[in-house]
Amino acid sequence: MASFHYLLNAIPQILTAKILLLMVGGVGIGLVIGALPGMSATMGVALFLPLTYWMTPSESLVFLGSLYMAAIYGGSFSAILLRTPGTPSNIGTIFDGYPMAKQGKGWKAILIATYSSLYGGLFGMICFLIFAPMLARIALKFGPPEYFWLGIFGLTVISSLSRGNTLKGFIGGFIGMMISFVGVAPIGGNVRFTFGSSHLISGFGLIPALVGLFCIPEVINMVVQRGQKQLFVEAKIERRTALNTFVEVMRKQIDLIRASIIGFIIGVLPGAGGNIANLVAYSEAMRASKNPEKFGTGVMEGVIATEASNNATVGGGFVPLMTLGVPGTPVDAILYGALLIQGLRPGAELFTTRADVVYTFIVGVIAATLIMVPIGLLFGRGMTKIVYKIPIHVLVPVILLLTMIGSYCVQNNISDVYTMLILGVLGYVLRRFGFEAGPITLGLILGPIAETGFTQGLLMGRRLDYPWTIFFIRPISWVLIALSVVFLLWPLIRKQGPSVAGGKQ
Amino acid sequence: MKKAVFLLCLTAFIFSTVLAADFPTKPITYVICFDPGGESDITARIQQPYLEKILGVSIVITYKAGGGGATGWSELVNRATPDGYSIYGTNLPHIILQPIQGGVPYKTEQIENIYFFQTTPCTLVVPIDSPIKTFEDFVKFASGKKSVLIGGSGQPSANSFATLRFAKVAKLNLTYVPFTGTGTAVPALLGGNVDALMTYSTVSVQYKDKLRTIAIATEQRVPFLPDVPTFREFGYDVVEKAFRGVAVPPGTPSEIKRILEAAFAEVNKNPEVRAKMEELGFVMEDYNEEQAKELVARLIPYYKELWDETQKMGK
Repeated sequence: MASFHYLLNAIPQILTAKILLLMVGGVGIGLVIGALPGMSATMGVALFLPLTYWMTPSESLVFLGSLYMAAIYGGSFSAILLRTPGTPSNIGTIFDGYPMAKQGKGWKAILIATYSSLYGGLFGMICFLIFAPMLARIALKFGPPEYFWLGIFGLTVISSLSRGNTLKGFIGGFIGMMISFVGVAPIGGNVRFTFGSSHLISGFGLIPALVGLFCIPEVINMVVQRGQKQLFVEAKIERRTALNTFVEVMRKQIDLIRASIIGFIIGVLPGAGGNIANLVAYSEAMRASKNPEKFGTGVMEGVIATEASNNATVGGGFVPLMTLGVPGTPVDAILYGALLIQGLRPGAELFTTRADVVYTFIVGVIAATLIMVPIGLLFGRGMTKIVYKIPIHVLVPVILLLTMIGSYCVQNNISDVYTMLILGVLGYVLRRFGFEAGPITLGLILGPIAETGFTQGLLMGRRLDYPWTIFFIRPISWVLIALSVVFLLWPLIRKQGPSVAGGKQ
Repeated sequence: MKKAVFLLCLTAFIFSTVLAADFPTKPITYVICFDPGGESDITARIQQPYLEKILGVSIVITYKAGGGGATGWSELVNRATPDGYSIYGTNLPHIILQPIQGGVPYKTEQIENIYFFQTTPCTLVVPIDSPIKTFEDFVKFASGKKSVLIGGSGQPSANSFATLRFAKVAKLNLTYVPFTGTGTAVPALLGGNVDALMTYSTVSVQYKDKLRTIAIATEQRVPFLPDVPTFREFGYDVVEKAFRGVAVPPGTPSEIKRILEAAFAEVNKNPEVRAKMEELGFVMEDYNEEQAKELVARLIPYYKELWDETQKMGK
């Protein structure tokens, strides 16, 4: 157990004033960036990367790692309180977190998100420590055909996400995919569906689209529903809510572990991250639940699923980065550059040549996950109070301003602000007709993954007599196909279950 | 009132001539058209302290990513102030290919490159544990096969064209599979999803322990990969590389351009810079403004032809 020895050695390393300060700073910045609509973890890490060029490798990694972990968690605040995913990893948190906030239980939802994030974050980091080399090899077997099926599998989540009308859910997913096709094709480089506009060349950015689709319709609602002075009224907070909620969340061990495993595995796959993990975990939680119909009305398990899974992707993403030198999530791609600039080459040899840096980083991120809790609670409590106190006529312009700043910041580009506003209005109209934002964003996220996998797969298949058969001859593809079929048919299977057992209630 | 306007004009005039005479007097913004942490950023970060020493002002690196660099380059030609205080990183073949593909609000000729300082040549790599040990092994392996899968970054790109060219001159059935970047191409090769990668020298160097480089698409061998033969040594005329340089907005006074050009030339001469760049797998090059212009003019018809060829193949 050489690594255990390194771990112990790393603990005093992080207990220096400078590293501790960097951790607290990273967590603080991460929380704010995460909570700001439009500012994602990827952007936050990219934004603060240049600041680390003057730090030592350990300091730089600990700082960026803390920022990353905290941003993914901080995104839950705006998801819960403002119905805006702070980062693409918090989309699913809206589904149950926002209804909770509306019922006056915003503070409780934030507590649940906090403890789940802590659990998922630690779980992911520990799995990274234990399973890293083994899993990296399996992740490599994941080729283009598997990414195509992962995209399809992800879409089947719609059947559980869209309550009520599954058909409308799939149409929504289809609309999302169509939006994702605009711009330069990921393969081949042809420019399509831009109608000659140079604004549309790089397509619709995911972040402006998310902010637009989720937040703007709600803002319009606030304005339309006149007479309402407050967004919502906070329920009376019982004594020891923080402690009691902690016990409540920890009792949901199975939900926590399930979500964390899903997050970790999806994090390991290069190119897929928290944006997919949180939705898959949400739908899995729903599938496993005895009362799936309650999901979306403000149940605890919904928030646990998304928030534990997205923080678990952090550790998952480190697996390919640290063992193969291949980034697991978009943020890891930036961390890769951070390592190179420090003169370190990410990969397995880093564990032997610069074990001090690697283990300081791991211990540092674990410590930051713990630090995240008190700072997060302080910040979350403040934000809850503000949102509950501010009258709507102040809140609406503030939210609008924040969403516009956030969308602009993605690329310092005004066309992203237009994208956000246009999709926001579109989202409002579609919502009136029963098309929810969830399936649309799922299509938007998965469109490029499925498309890239499909075209690459067909190219790979050229050596076969029929190129398309490549999608059906690989074992991991079979697993994904089977999962997709089960998921797709689940609502039907489910419907038959109770009616046979207990009849109509 | 008239007097005031006149005085104002006069001061402005004097100020501007002074400005041109002893440029630079304030920080220079060096815009990278890709995300932080990428190769363009890493290059700029290596140059930064040396540029600051030579020019005597601070160099502020900012990022304008999007559309594979197109967002930044549109800003360069359409909106940036031509006073020498904003300079933009540029890449070949990107700035030639994007206007050919269409839809970007800039023309290749509008970009005034003042220096190309490095290249990343294309390299052919296989996994280190592959039975293919040499270039000859690869040709033997590929001959007569219905399709050999070559992964690479992007399409159209230097990688895709090198593969196309190699397939043509060697008469091999190579299928180019584009990935979104080296971050996804390398695992595809390691996982056996493609047979080889047509990638860049930087990947060859950075993944030395996992990948074997069997050929490089340069005129001569490069100093940091001395054992890797060129395609030309085997009689295949495949020379393909990506260039990295710096440009100023159109209309920048030529005396300012000379100052910047000289600064970049001097940075490139510095042995410390050269060592750092080569350690990462960059090949140092020196093209001043005139030579850069010639190079671009020469490459435009070349890439146009290759692009047309790819378009035909797709149909």
